[in-house]
Amino acid sequence: MSVLVGTDTRLCVSGITGSEGSFHTLNNRAYGTNVVSGVTPGKGGQDVEGIPVFNTFHAAVEESGANTAMVFVPPPFAADSILEAADAGIETIIAITEGIPAHDELRVYTQLKRMPGVRLIGPNCPGVLSPGKANVGIIPASFFKEGNVGVMSRSGTLTYQIGNELAQKGFGNSSIVGIGGDPIPGTSFVDVLELFENDDQTELIVMSGEIGGDAEEVAAEYIAEHVTKPVVGYIAGFAAPPGKTMGHAGAIVSGSKGTAAAKTEALEAKGVRVGRTPTQVAEIAVEILGG
Amino acid sequence: MDLLEYQGKQLFARHEIPVPSGIPARTVDEAMAAAEQIGYPCVVKAQVKIGGRGKAGGVKVAANATEAREYSEAILGMDIKGFTVYELWIEEASEIEAEYYAAIVFDRSARAPLVMLSTQGGMDIEQVSEETPEAIATLHVDPLLGFQPFEARRLAFEAGIDADLIRPIGDFLTRLYATFIAEEAMLVEVNPVIITPDRKVKALDSKITLDDNALFRHTENAALRDPSDEDPQEQMARDYGLAYVKLDGDIGIFGNGAGLVMSTLDVVTIFGGEPANFLDAGGGAKPEAITRAVEVICSNENVTAVLFNIFGGITRCDDVATGLIEAFATNPPSVPFVVRLDGTNDVEGRRILAEADLPGVYTASTMNEAAEKVVALAKGESL
Repeated sequence: MSVLVGTDTRLCVSGITGSEGSFHTLNNRAYGTNVVSGVTPGKGGQDVEGIPVFNTFHAAVEESGANTAMVFVPPPFAADSILEAADAGIETIIAITEGIPAHDELRVYTQLKRMPGVRLIGPNCPGVLSPGKANVGIIPASFFKEGNVGVMSRSGTLTYQIGNELAQKGFGNSSIVGIGGDPIPGTSFVDVLELFENDDQTELIVMSGEIGGDAEEVAAEYIAEHVTKPVVGYIAGFAAPPGKTMGHAGAIVSGSKGTAAAKTEALEAKGVRVGRTPTQVAEIAVEILGG
Repeated sequence: MDLLEYQGKQLFARHEIPVPSGIPARTVDEAMAAAEQIGYPCVVKAQVKIGGRGKAGGVKVAANATEAREYSEAILGMDIKGFTVYELWIEEASEIEAEYYAAIVFDRSARAPLVMLSTQGGMDIEQVSEETPEAIATLHVDPLLGFQPFEARRLAFEAGIDADLIRPIGDFLTRLYATFIAEEAMLVEVNPVIITPDRKVKALDSKITLDDNALFRHTENAALRDPSDEDPQEQMARDYGLAYVKLDGDIGIFGNGAGLVMSTLDVVTIFGGEPANFLDAGGGAKPEAITRAVEVICSNENVTAVLFNIFGGITRCDDVATGLIEAFATNPPSVPFVVRLDGTNDVEGRRILAEADLPGVYTASTMNEAAEKVVALAKGESL
């Protein structure tokens, strides 16, 4: 199998008529993802290289049978688009948009938690790739092949770096999940750990975290209690000074909270091995799974 | 974005939170005019975005014009924990019977706003929370339901507020929450909330952090950003749309994607180097962004070598190579560069770079190799 996206994915893209939106939609389709529709209010009836465009998510679901959404609209409109997708009955919503106001994210998060079966990945994430099956988002798929390592990360390019290090050691991936770099991600490391734990294809889980918040500490507790598969950790941001936002809205050390050292310690205290460099992550994977 | 005390108080006033009246001043003359208008005694308060102003001598009560002048002269230009005082807030003196603490925090772990109330105001709240955590009443608010009157009452009773103040403090918290929501704040803190002898509740201080991502719909607040309290390189980077943080070391760092750049800083540190900056060019950086990034990095005089670490996703390695060549053509840097290109169009990018044969530019095929090389170059070793 794989998690979140795969051969059952029927994708509808919000913001499909924008330049970024159409570029990545077509990339995803070229990879083999079943892109069934797009949504741009006011452009219903048009098409993007044969992909039908609808005015609303409700129409897109009804007419094209979409079950997954990718949100590519600019920050002022992104929360609305996510809520619309959920209201229309889309189960998996993947939000790529960076820069959504925190209060919008909080309202969206709270609402979606009240809608059983709806899952938001991101925002401010590179999407989800299940090599050989489907790619939803902006992950450069050509660097990854099918395999048994599940990767989840708060950062896009760091995911590629770690995925590439793993690939050089001969590993492929079940799924690569970018949970995003914002303070309130729709899906947490714990949620994805649960998915990977229950996924037959995944034999090892790589968790790439960074400074800020306590998602890694919470994950450490969860791993100790509920995860039987080996997990390898990585934490970015040892060199980050406190009080400064390091590119991602969520990557900030507040006072003494959320440091890379504290996160690494929390993971190691629960028996999770943490690589100090991306290269070391791959070396640990070799030790665990064999070369 | 953090606000100064008086900017926060102006936001409070907009939401009908009682604050002492005051006037901002940038010079001693302005301060004197303000003091005359407010009358004596008045308070001369340093406006800096750091706590502990009182202890540092940045807050003084002036009984008359002579004292107002003396304190204004002393406080303007004062250094408080590394922050220079450029502005004063001249405020009417308040009569204080009791000091409380109130705050609303965007609690990302709980994914809900956290309201805090304590009768132990006027002190370092972190110290209070460590020594007597029971002295702080806390409550998470349902973001969709909003802050309810019963919650305000419950907090007030739990905090041990006097019976006659339960309702006024409840109103105060309700307005504080309204400010937090309406202005899209990450933090709204009042320390102290004062109770006057006639049992009125007022905000004597303010600490507000606004969400940068929401400023596009709060143009009045966005205008409060003060470029003078930013580092010149950070300012330049902001103008160019680059995420940049200045650090203390001597190795300039450029990369695409926040996580990869943070990781690059760490790897350089592991190899014995000291990063001079964090610079994330973001996804899909075009050649122009690259030339600007080089300009920002090299305008930091401490930089002795630069590392370009790219793993292309949306960003194309050929664009990075082209941008680097343009940067060298317009303004050739005087320090060596190490460039590592992987990802989208990496073969093409490396070819372009090899053909250009830029002086002082070295290549590396892995992140570790790149870090090792740049650390050696920064130490003045030759490769």
